[in-house]
Amino acid sequence: MNPRKRKVQPEKDIEEKNDPADEPEENLFGYISGNESDELEWETDDESTASPMSKKEIKPQKHKASKEAGSSSEVTADSSLPEAASVPYTEYEDEFDTSDEEDLRNTVGNIPMNWYDDYPHLGYDWDGKQILKSNSDDQIDYFLKRMEDPDFWKTVRDRQTGADVVLSDKDVELIHRIEASKIPDATFNDYAPWIDWFTNEVMKMPLRKFPEHKRSFLPSRIEAKQVNKMCHALRMGYMKTKKQKAEERLKKREKQFYLLWEKDDVADKMRRIHDYIPAPKRHLPGHAESYNPPAEYLFNNKELREWNKQAETPWKRKLHFIPEKHASLLDVPAYRDFMKERFTRCLDLYLCPRARKMRLTIEPEDLLPKLPSPRDLQPFPSVMSLVFTGHTDMIRCLSIDPIGQYLISGSDDMTIKVWEINTGRCMRTINVGGVVRSIEWCPNKALSLVAVAADRKLLLINPGVGDILVVKKTDSLFKETLEQTFAVSEKVKAVVQWENTSEEEWDTGIRFIVNHFKEIKQVTWHGRGDYFATVMSEGGNRSVVIHQVSTRHSQIPFAKPKGLVQCILFHPVRPFLFVATQKNVRIYDLVKQELFKKLQTYAQWISSMAIHSGGDNLIVGTYDRKMLWFDLDLSTDPYKTLRLHRNAVRAVAFHKRYPLFASCSDDGSTIISHGMVYNDLLQNPLIVPLKMLRDHQPHNDFSVLNVIFHPNQPWVFSSGADATIRLYT
Amino acid sequence: MTHQSSSIIIERAPSPAGSSAPASQLLPRLGSRKQTDPAQNEIFKEKQQSTPPARHARNSTVHKSDEKYQSGEGARYITRKAALRKLQLTLRDFRTLCIVKGIYPREPKHRRRAQQGKTGIQTLYLKKDIQFLMHEPIIWKIREKKVHLKRIKRARSMKDYSMAKRYASTVPVIEIDHIIKERYPTFIDALRDLDDCLTLCFMFAALPRRKTIPSYLIALCRRLTLEFMHVVIASRALRHVFVSIKGIYYQVEFRGQTITWLVSHNFGFDPRDASEVDFRTMTTFVEFYSTMLGFVNFRLYHIMNLNYPPQLQGYTTEELENELIDDRVSLSDRVAALNIPLRSAGVSGEAAADEIELDQFPMSEDAEVADEARQKYEETKNLKTLFNGMRVFLNREVPREMLVFVLRCCGAEVSWDTSIFPGECLFNEDDESITHQIVDRPSIDKQYISRYYVQPQWIFDSLNARKLLPVEKYFIGVPLPPHLSPFSHEYRTHRYVPPEEKALKDDSYVLKEDIPIDETDLLDEDESPNVDDMIDNESDGEVPVDTEKNEKVQNMEVKKGETYRANKSKERKDYKQMHQLKEKMIRRKYRNLYKSMMQGCRGREKEIKLLKYKRRLHERRRFEEKKAAMKAQHVAALM
Repeated sequence: MNPRKRKVQPEKDIEEKNDPADEPEENLFGYISGNESDELEWETDDESTASPMSKKEIKPQKHKASKEAGSSSEVTADSSLPEAASVPYTEYEDEFDTSDEEDLRNTVGNIPMNWYDDYPHLGYDWDGKQILKSNSDDQIDYFLKRMEDPDFWKTVRDRQTGADVVLSDKDVELIHRIEASKIPDATFNDYAPWIDWFTNEVMKMPLRKFPEHKRSFLPSRIEAKQVNKMCHALRMGYMKTKKQKAEERLKKREKQFYLLWEKDDVADKMRRIHDYIPAPKRHLPGHAESYNPPAEYLFNNKELREWNKQAETPWKRKLHFIPEKHASLLDVPAYRDFMKERFTRCLDLYLCPRARKMRLTIEPEDLLPKLPSPRDLQPFPSVMSLVFTGHTDMIRCLSIDPIGQYLISGSDDMTIKVWEINTGRCMRTINVGGVVRSIEWCPNKALSLVAVAADRKLLLINPGVGDILVVKKTDSLFKETLEQTFAVSEKVKAVVQWENTSEEEWDTGIRFIVNHFKEIKQVTWHGRGDYFATVMSEGGNRSVVIHQVSTRHSQIPFAKPKGLVQCILFHPVRPFLFVATQKNVRIYDLVKQELFKKLQTYAQWISSMAIHSGGDNLIVGTYDRKMLWFDLDLSTDPYKTLRLHRNAVRAVAFHKRYPLFASCSDDGSTIISHGMVYNDLLQNPLIVPLKMLRDHQPHNDFSVLNVIFHPNQPWVFSSGADATIRLYT
Repeated sequence: MTHQSSSIIIERAPSPAGSSAPASQLLPRLGSRKQTDPAQNEIFKEKQQSTPPARHARNSTVHKSDEKYQSGEGARYITRKAALRKLQLTLRDFRTLCIVKGIYPREPKHRRRAQQGKTGIQTLYLKKDIQFLMHEPIIWKIREKKVHLKRIKRARSMKDYSMAKRYASTVPVIEIDHIIKERYPTFIDALRDLDDCLTLCFMFAALPRRKTIPSYLIALCRRLTLEFMHVVIASRALRHVFVSIKGIYYQVEFRGQTITWLVSHNFGFDPRDASEVDFRTMTTFVEFYSTMLGFVNFRLYHIMNLNYPPQLQGYTTEELENELIDDRVSLSDRVAALNIPLRSAGVSGEAAADEIELDQFPMSEDAEVADEARQKYEETKNLKTLFNGMRVFLNREVPREMLVFVLRCCGAEVSWDTSIFPGECLFNEDDESITHQIVDRPSIDKQYISRYYVQPQWIFDSLNARKLLPVEKYFIGVPLPPHLSPFSHEYRTHRYVPPEEKALKDDSYVLKEDIPIDETDLLDEDESPNVDDMIDNESDGEVPVDTEKNEKVQNMEVKKGETYRANKSKERKDYKQMHQLKEKMIRRKYRNLYKSMMQGCRGREKEIKLLKYKRRLHERRRFEEKKAAMKAQHVAALM
C-alpha cells in the first residue's frame, strides 16, 4: 500500500490544492474505510473457519481506477505532505525564529535533553561555550513568578535553551483553534465561492500557452482494442462479470439432484463396506407415549416416586418419560429432550459398536421336552389310599414279602412291624433291641425269613405270617444245628460271629443272630434267597460281608478298602455285585472275582440305588439332589441326570413288573416316574416324571425316608420320619 | 516309524535352541579361530553356560506372542487410535468420514482376543473397513479443504483481505453423491434408512438461525422436507399418524417399505438444548442426510411422474416466472402451503400403476396369508380416499402444516384463515360448502349449521382406524377419548390391550364407560353394583352352586342325575404339578434360557395386571362420579 506515487487527472490535483479539507485527503489513498463492507459467504460445510459473521473487510475501491483508465492525459505529482499543515508553520518560524537552520543557539543537536540533567549546562552555543541552566528551579522563585507575573500562564520553557519564552497572543489563539479542532488559520474562508477552472465553456484564450497535442483529440487505438477484446470475451462468455461469477458460485454450491438409482432393486457393482450391519430402527411408540393416553397408563403416586428415585440409574426405568395427558392438542408443549434424543441417536449411529445378535422367536413352551402325557402312561400310583400308623419313631426301612401280601417295616423305636397290606392291620410287632436301619424279606418264596439290621446285629427273623406250611418249614430248617464242617478263619471271626438264639428270642421269631463288629447300614438278599450281604460303612476293607444262610458261613470279598461303601446290590440275573461307594459304583463279577465295570456318577455322595428287573438299567440316588440313570449297555457315564427333587434323594426304587420307578427325598416328596426300557437296543429308555406325592410331614429335617413298590400291583409304599407308612394306589 | 519320530524331533528342536541359533552360526568361525585364540572360545563357552535358561524361555515366549495375533480375531480388528494413525487423520476428520461413509465400530465375539489381550474396552473397527476408507477420494478433499482454510486464515492474519476473499470463494466442495450410491445400492435400501434422515431433516428445518449451524442447510432441509411431504401427498402414502408427547409420528409406505419419522411439536427451540448437544456432529449428519433425501425425492418424483423441483398445478412455468420473478418468497410460500397439487411431467402416468386390482387366487395354498394381504390392501385403498369430498377449514389455533398434510394425504380439500399463513387459501370461512371445521378451543362464537366442528384428534383417530369415526365424541368442548398408538400391534403378542383398542377392532365390544346406569341402581344406596363383575363375568365362568338347598326341598322325589362336575381347582393343580415336573426335564443347555424367558413372561404379566388394576380403579372412579351427577340430577328433578 504505497499511496505516495499516484496518477490523477490534472484538474483534480488543482482541486485538492485549493480545497485541503479532510475528506478528499482520504480519497488520495484510494481506500475508503469501512463504509462499504461486505459479508463474505464461506463454504459452510466445514466448521473450522472462524465465525463467518465477524468477517468484515476493507474493500479496495477500484472503480475510480477503472474510470481513470479511459482518460488520455496523465500527470504525475508528488504530494508528500498536506499543504494546509505548512501554512501556520511558516508563520511561527517568522515570529520566533526558533528554527534549527536559522538561529540555533544550542548546538547539541536533536538529542533527549535529559542527558544533560546532571550537568550545570544545557549544551554549547555557536562559540563553543557552555549554555548554563538558569537557576529558576527555585520553588520560591517559581511561586513568586506565578503570583506576580501576569504572563506566567503563557510562559513556556524552551527545553533546548533553558530560556522562558512568553507566547504571543497569536500563538495562544492558534493553540486554542487547534484544541477546538478548527482550521488553525483564522483568516481561511471555508465557504469561499468555488472557482470552476475547467468548465465546458469555451474560452477565448487557451489556458496554457502551447496548443493541445493531437493525441488528446484522438481516441487511443490500443485501449479501444483492449475494450473490444473484453467486450467480445463478455459476449462470448469467456469473461464473466463479478455478478455473474458470484451467481455461478452460488449455483455451484447449491446441491444438484439427479436420478441416482435407475431401478428400484438392482444394485450396481462397486466396492462397499464389508459385512454391513444396518442400524436398528427406533422402537415405535406405544399407547403410553400418546398426548392423550388411556387413564391406566398415567403414573400413580407410587410409580412416580419410583421413577424419580431412579434418576441416578435412568436405564432401569420402565419408561424413559412420564406419561402425560393433555386436554387438547393446543396444550401440548414441545418435548424437553427432543434435541438431546436426536443427538443421542446420532451418536449411536456412528459410535455404538454393532454386532449381529440372534433373536429367539420361540415361546418358552417350545423349550419343554416333548413327552407323552401321563394320562397315556397309566397305571401308576396317584392317590393315597392307606396310612399305616403304629410306629412311634421314624421308619427307615420297608420290605414286602415276595407274594405281596405283607409289609414289614423297621423303625427307630427299635421295633419291626408286620402289616397286612390289604387291611392295614399290624400283624406283629417284634422288638429287636436296636435302631433298624435296613430290613429285607428273603426273596425265596419257600422260606419265611426276614433279614433285619439292628445296630451291630443282623437278625434273621421268621415273622410267622403267610402260609403256615412255609413258616413251619422254615422253623424246622433253623432248628437243626449245623456242624461247622470247615474252619472259620480268624479274619472273618473278627468281623462276624453266627450266634444261635435263646429260647425267648426264638419265641419272638428271631432265628439267628449274626453279630458284626460295626454298625450295619444295609442288608440285601441275593435273588435266590440263600446269600445275603451286609454293609458296614465304617468297616474299611471289611465293610462288605457276604453270608450264606444254608451253611451259616460268612466271607469278606474285598481285600482292600474301596472307600465308604454306601450300599450294595445283587444283579437280578447275573452273578454281579454292585457296590456303591461315595462317588462311584463298581460292578464285580462274583464268578471271576474281578472288577467288571466302574460307573462314574460325577455326584458328591451316593445315597441309594436300584436296578431294573432286566438288569441293564440302574438308578442311583444321590444326596446332591440328583438321580442318575445308567444304561449299562451304553456307557459308564449316566444316560440321564434327573434333577427332580429340591433336596437330597433318600431312596430310589424300581417296579418289578411295570415300567415305573420312584424316588423320595428330604423335600417331602415322592416322585413316581415312567421309565420304559425297550428290548430294542437302539431305542433309548423313555423317562417321564408322572406324579409328585407330598403327604409326609417333615420331622427334624427328614421327611420321606424310604420308598418301595408292591411286587405285583402298581402301588407304592413310602415311609417317613413322621412314623407313618403311606400306600398310594 | 523312525523317520517320523526324527522329524518330530527336528520340529521341536528350534524352540529351545531359538536363542542359540546365532551361536551355532558363530561356532564354525570361532572354531577356526580356536587355533589362534583358544581363550576366546572358552569365554564364549562360559557365556553360553552362564546364560540362564530363563532367558531362553523368555525369548521363546516373546517369539510366540509376536505370532499370536497374526490371524483370527486378533488380526481382524483395529482400534480407533491405530485407525487414525493409519489414515493420517485427526479425530474430527475421522469422525466426519465415518459419519459420511457409514463406518461404525464393531462388537467382537471375544473382546479380549480382539484387543490382542488387552483388558478394558477399546473402540474397535473392522480392519477391512479402515482399509476401505483408505481408498476414499474424499479423504483428499478433506485434506485439501483443511489446507485451504489454513490459507484463508493466514491471509487474514496477514491482513491480505483480497487474498482471503479469493480463497474463500474457492474453498473445495466435498461431493458425496457417489457415497450415497455406495451406501445404498438400491433405492429400496435408501428408503429403509430414511427414518433417521427424515427426523433429523425435519428438526433442522425448524431450527432458528444460529451461528453454529450453516443457514443454507436449514433452508435446504426445509425445502427438501416440503418436497417430501408433497410427494407423500401426491402418492397418498401416509399410513399412520400418532400424536405423542414427543411430537408427531408419521408413517408412510413407499415401495413396501414403511418409513416412520417424528416431527416435534411447534418447536420452542431452547438454547439450553444446544449446550447438551454438539451441533457439529449433527450438521455432518444433516449434510449427508440432506443429500440423500434430495436424491430420494428426485427418484420419488420420477416414479410419480412429477416435475422436480416441484411445480404447482395451475401455474405454468412462464406464468410463474412472469408473476413471481421478483418475488421468490411467494413462490416458496405457495409450495409450503401444501394445498395445491403438483404438476405432473407428462401425460402417461406411472402413478396410475398404483391402482391395480389384486387378483384372486382361489387355489392359493396360504389362504389365510392371501386373505390377510387382500384385507390390508383393501384397507389402504380405503384409506387413500378416506377424506375424499371433505372440505375442511382450519381454525387459527390448530397446527396448520401438519393437518393440511394429513388431510390432503387422504383426499380432503383444506383451507384456512389468510392471517395464519400467506399461501393460497381455497375458500373462506363463510363458504357454505365446508363440511368440517377443525377447532381446538373450548367454544366458538359463530357457528354454521352446515358443518361439523370437530377437534383435530378426530382426523388422526379416523385415519388410524381407516374409517370415519362418529364425530360426536370429538365435538367442541367434549372431553376427548384417549388417543391410541397405531403402532402398538407391532410389539409382542403378549401385551395389555386397552378396552378402547378392543372396541375399535371389535364393534360389538361395549366400553364400560358407555354402559348406562340403571335408575334402580341409583335408588339402591347400599348395594352399589359391582362394576368389576359386569366386566369380569365373561372371563370367569364360575356360577355359585347351591344344590344343597334344592336337595332339602326335594327330599322325597326321585333325584335328578347330577352332571359330573370336574374339580377344576384340582385339575388345575394337577396340571401345574405336571408342568412343574416337565420343566425339570428341560435340558441343561436350555435351563437358564427357559428361566430367563419365564422371568420375562412373569414381568410382562405383572405389568398387564397392574395396568388392568389401574383401569379398574379408574372405571370405578368414573362410575362413582357419573352416579353422583345423576343422583344430583334426580334430586333436582324431585324438588
